[in-house]
Amino acid sequence: MIIGTSASPGIVIGKALLINEEELNIVKYISTFDLEEARLGQAIQSAKLELNSLREKTLQTLGNDKALIFEAHLMILDDPELLKQTLTIIKNQSVNAEYAFNTVANKFIDVFESMEDAYMRERASDIRDVTSRLLYKLLKKTKVSLENLSTPVILIARDLTPSQTASMDRKNVLGFLTDIGGKTSHTAIMARTLEIPAVVGLSNISTTIKDGDLIAFDGGSGEVVINPSTNQIEMFNARHLAFLKMKQEQSLMIGLESITLDGFHVELAGNIGTPRDLDALHRNDAEAVGLYRTEFLFMDRTSMPTEDEQYAAYSEVVQGLNGKNCIIRTLDIGGDKTLSYLSIGEEANPFLGYRAIRICLKETELFKVQLRALLRASVHGPLSIMFPMISSLEEILAVKKIWNEVKLELAEKKIPFSEKVQLGIMIEIPSAALISDILADHVDFFSIGTNDLTQYTCAVDRMNEKIEYLYNPYNPGLLRLIHMTIKNAVAKNKMVGICGSMAHQKDLVPLFVGMGVSELSMSAMHILSTRKIIRSLKKSECEILVENFLKIGTAEEVKKLLN
Amino acid sequence: MQTIVKVLNDEGIHARPAGILVKLANNYSCDIELLVDDNAVNAKSIMSIMGLGLIKDTLVTIKADGVDAEAALTEISNLFNNKFNL
Repeated sequence: MIIGTSASPGIVIGKALLINEEELNIVKYISTFDLEEARLGQAIQSAKLELNSLREKTLQTLGNDKALIFEAHLMILDDPELLKQTLTIIKNQSVNAEYAFNTVANKFIDVFESMEDAYMRERASDIRDVTSRLLYKLLKKTKVSLENLSTPVILIARDLTPSQTASMDRKNVLGFLTDIGGKTSHTAIMARTLEIPAVVGLSNISTTIKDGDLIAFDGGSGEVVINPSTNQIEMFNARHLAFLKMKQEQSLMIGLESITLDGFHVELAGNIGTPRDLDALHRNDAEAVGLYRTEFLFMDRTSMPTEDEQYAAYSEVVQGLNGKNCIIRTLDIGGDKTLSYLSIGEEANPFLGYRAIRICLKETELFKVQLRALLRASVHGPLSIMFPMISSLEEILAVKKIWNEVKLELAEKKIPFSEKVQLGIMIEIPSAALISDILADHVDFFSIGTNDLTQYTCAVDRMNEKIEYLYNPYNPGLLRLIHMTIKNAVAKNKMVGICGSMAHQKDLVPLFVGMGVSELSMSAMHILSTRKIIRSLKKSECEILVENFLKIGTAEEVKKLLN
Repeated sequence: MQTIVKVLNDEGIHARPAGILVKLANNYSCDIELLVDDNAVNAKSIMSIMGLGLIKDTLVTIKADGVDAEAALTEISNLFNNKFNL
């Protein structure tokens, strides 16, 4: 059994088809200018025809966003410098077109690969993709076509290019396995968009597996078996049936309300990190975004994202939600997440240190840029802003002071924004939970972040294996704090949600419903199964469950009660 | 003839503005070059422009040579000054 990174769920058994492209051997030989110029011209024409048809096809099947890749490839082939420099080499050195083109293309690839900006570095792979297409044409080789496969197969490759994923025959591609890539790599994203099971990051799968090998894999767990035994096949078949049953049950939940048998509604929202995650949210019928983590916009880059960049990202999400509410959390950096361009300094206890709102209240300019971008985006649809790591009322007052300054500034500049933006806080520090009755008067909503709340309430570092057992969602003290927060919010008629990983935990959902939670926010894949649970509950019974919970003192007993 | 402009876009000249610039430059028959420091590149070549990695506030000299050079310079300067209409 080999284990890789789960890219797209589903269980598959089938024959392997290796689609690794052979290394092109570009030899240099003497030729005449007229001949090579004509060959180059024909190859470019024919590559452009191919790209045009790929673009058309992608536009129809996957939409404009994905089709833009081929637009960019076409522009590269149209580049006069690429052509001119290639022709110069052909002429001056009396050599063949493929050698000349490859030399020039590599020069551009080097330029892009050495750039500081990660986005620009990625463009090198586009040039490589186009170059390989053109060289195949010049060498009169045909690329393995994935458009017309005669039998169902599992694709095995080092990686798949955008052209391959966009053009593949979906009927006969059971799944794919690749050597490289992570959860957010192009191939993984495409697999989820196409709903084809896939495992990536398998390091050398494309050299281990042979054409025609029988493969069984689980895209959800990342497990891959080459030439499985009868027992293993049975196991994968059983998992496959269970997966199908679950999918089918879940799809029955699409379009239904998330209400209990006695009519109590719990909003089921999604957690997202980038605008790209919206697709999955819509597919799983999320009712809102309960947590948009803005950190990703700030990470993996060399400078702070500008107000315009942030505005563009927030607007894209708000617009993409078609009127559903979006709770956007301001920068939560520090702890285990750092930024190369923002020095926090060495700290003995980073999780108890300079992080999240504490940074924003000190680096006020950084904070104001984000608030301005958020306010500007608020004209595109319902938007709420949530502040992380609040531990006192003083912090809320300080945040609101800055908030009012920013609003005033925009109003003076006549920059439009919505007056309906709601402000809320994360409840993830016990000192905030304990005065939540008072805090509720100062904000529009609470969102309970269970991961940090567990860590701070039980004084347990969840990365420390020796005390991992103490990081326990059934800890009655922790659950009482959650209960208290929800009760205090409900008493003041404020929205209260839960957005940590406890929000979708099957046995805890009835308890949260009994406490009166208004929203549960989770990653998209859990929404439909949680809806199914909620529709099977009675709030009145859940309230009795809460009463019984309040009488017990050990995590073990809580677990048993909820079972 | 030539003129000097400044990159006003926060993100600098990424793929999209570069594409817009190339499309505009191709409407003119004159030769158009962008000069930054010691680098001179063809304004009709998307890869050369992107390869410059122009960031915000960079000063760029636009040089045009040909019958429609004046019109080209005016339009391209406008494009820079209007942040590429993005």
